[in-house]
Amino acid sequence: MKTIMDEKKVQKAPRKEVEQKKDGQPVYSIENFNLWYGKDQALTDISFDIPEHQVTAIIGPSGCGKSTFIKALNRMVEMVPIVKMSGDIKYRDNNIFDNKYKVEDLRTKVGMVFQKPNPFPKSIYENVVYGPKIHGIKNKKVLDEIVEKSLKGAALWEEVKDRLNENAYGLSGGQQQRLCIARCLAIEPDVILMDEPTSALDPISTLKVEELVQELKKEFSIIIVTHNMQQAARISDKTAFFLNGEVVEFSDTNKLFSNPSDKRTEDYITGRFG
Amino acid sequence: MQLIDQAKVKKNMQSRLTKNNILKGVFFGATLFALVVLVILLYRIFTQGIGYLDLQFFQNFASRFPEKAGIKAAFFGSLWVMAVIAPVSLIIGVGTAIYLEEYAKKNRFTTFIQLNISNLAGVPSIVFGLLGLTVFVRMLEMGRSVLAGGLTMSLLILPIIVVAAQEAIRSVPKELREASFAMGATKWQTIRRVVLPASIPGILTGGILALSRAIGETAPLLMIGALTFVAYLPENLLSGFTVMPIQIFNWTSRPQTEFHDVAAAGIIVLLVMLLIMNSIAVLIRNKFSKRL
Repeated sequence: MKTIMDEKKVQKAPRKEVEQKKDGQPVYSIENFNLWYGKDQALTDISFDIPEHQVTAIIGPSGCGKSTFIKALNRMVEMVPIVKMSGDIKYRDNNIFDNKYKVEDLRTKVGMVFQKPNPFPKSIYENVVYGPKIHGIKNKKVLDEIVEKSLKGAALWEEVKDRLNENAYGLSGGQQQRLCIARCLAIEPDVILMDEPTSALDPISTLKVEELVQELKKEFSIIIVTHNMQQAARISDKTAFFLNGEVVEFSDTNKLFSNPSDKRTEDYITGRFG
Repeated sequence: MQLIDQAKVKKNMQSRLTKNNILKGVFFGATLFALVVLVILLYRIFTQGIGYLDLQFFQNFASRFPEKAGIKAAFFGSLWVMAVIAPVSLIIGVGTAIYLEEYAKKNRFTTFIQLNISNLAGVPSIVFGLLGLTVFVRMLEMGRSVLAGGLTMSLLILPIIVVAAQEAIRSVPKELREASFAMGATKWQTIRRVVLPASIPGILTGGILALSRAIGETAPLLMIGALTFVAYLPENLLSGFTVMPIQIFNWTSRPQTEFHDVAAAGIIVLLVMLLIMNSIAVLIRNKFSKRL
């Protein structure tokens, strides 16, 4: 309840103030991070800081390690049994690979939206309250409020408010993806990771999700993987260009697209390869 | 220039079609064979047994006189044994499947266990009978009781349940698990709230089919010494008992031909029970698959 009210205040506050207030402290700092699948090195010596309350886009050709990288940020990459890693990833001063820092704790603060919409085969309501429920929230009134707030946050409330108890599989692909975003918002995360969230959607649904990302960055720090350069240019503040498992360039999106400092970045964004 | 000789294609056409028709006939014949034998069997059993199938048949215990013989003891014996088998085999079987699919790391040891579970499913039931006799009846001194019989049968169908449950669990899409883990759910919460609800129809279907195999099994219970002539109902888990297949076996081995008809009546009861259980399995599958 309290957080709900607090966040309403934040929403009303002018955007610049929010950014200024929190500027300076990165949400993620990555230092010399390497990752191998068995013997194949997928990520090499990655080091950069991801800023708070901004949209950071990760672009690059297929197989460059961008999905692997974003999955390392919430340790989902460890679901592949042969993964080996070295180096540090710090989330707000916690080393995420520290044994004392539980992965469940990390994932409570860092939500994720996947490439393919993956709602549970439950009702819309049950999908949204899944996260709060596993974290022990049982009060029906609070849950109801979370559902409304999350669905509004994901710009889905108006479309589904009369059928919250219907199965989520009855929604269209774009609605399902926004439901997954709502499900992610319901745990009130700090960071939202998005792994090519629009690659399975039609242009109109894509546009809705992109607009949503712009809204969400007022409250959350967003890291988005996309293979669509225009999308990165449209919605992100910072962009990292990945190539063969390395970060070629990381800078303000405007600068990266208008005046790239690396030849390979320029070749990629001008469509000479990839 | 055409590489394909159209005249030849035309010539071949007829023989290809004939071959197709002949093979269709062969496969239909194969299906028909099994069906005809089944129908003959059912017809014989029904014409033989229907005369003895009345209310008294369910109310009477075993008897020396065919007209007084009834299936009451065996029917309730089967129910008692099932009441032991169902919880024991489902809990242990599903537990094993969850461990192997969700928790166990894939290494040589788990591969070895996996291989052996599949092998166990093929072990003759009489071997399980011997195991039950040695372990439950003698070593644990349960005697020739409902409990010993039920536990032996549980072992027999465990591999089937484990394999069925594993398949059901494996068929839950990876994306759903990921969605749950990505929200900070623990493994157990994911299993409890995502994996089990999605796989329960498969698990139940496999479980019921395994159970219906158990109530038709005779050999292991003969081995541990289920009684063949029982004139009382089991009172607790340590009572002596008989089950329907054993009772039927007993009746067919009597010299009087009337008892063979009594056996046929017993078979009808057993078949109907199996049919009901299998229908429940189908119903569950349909109901849950529609909801998804």
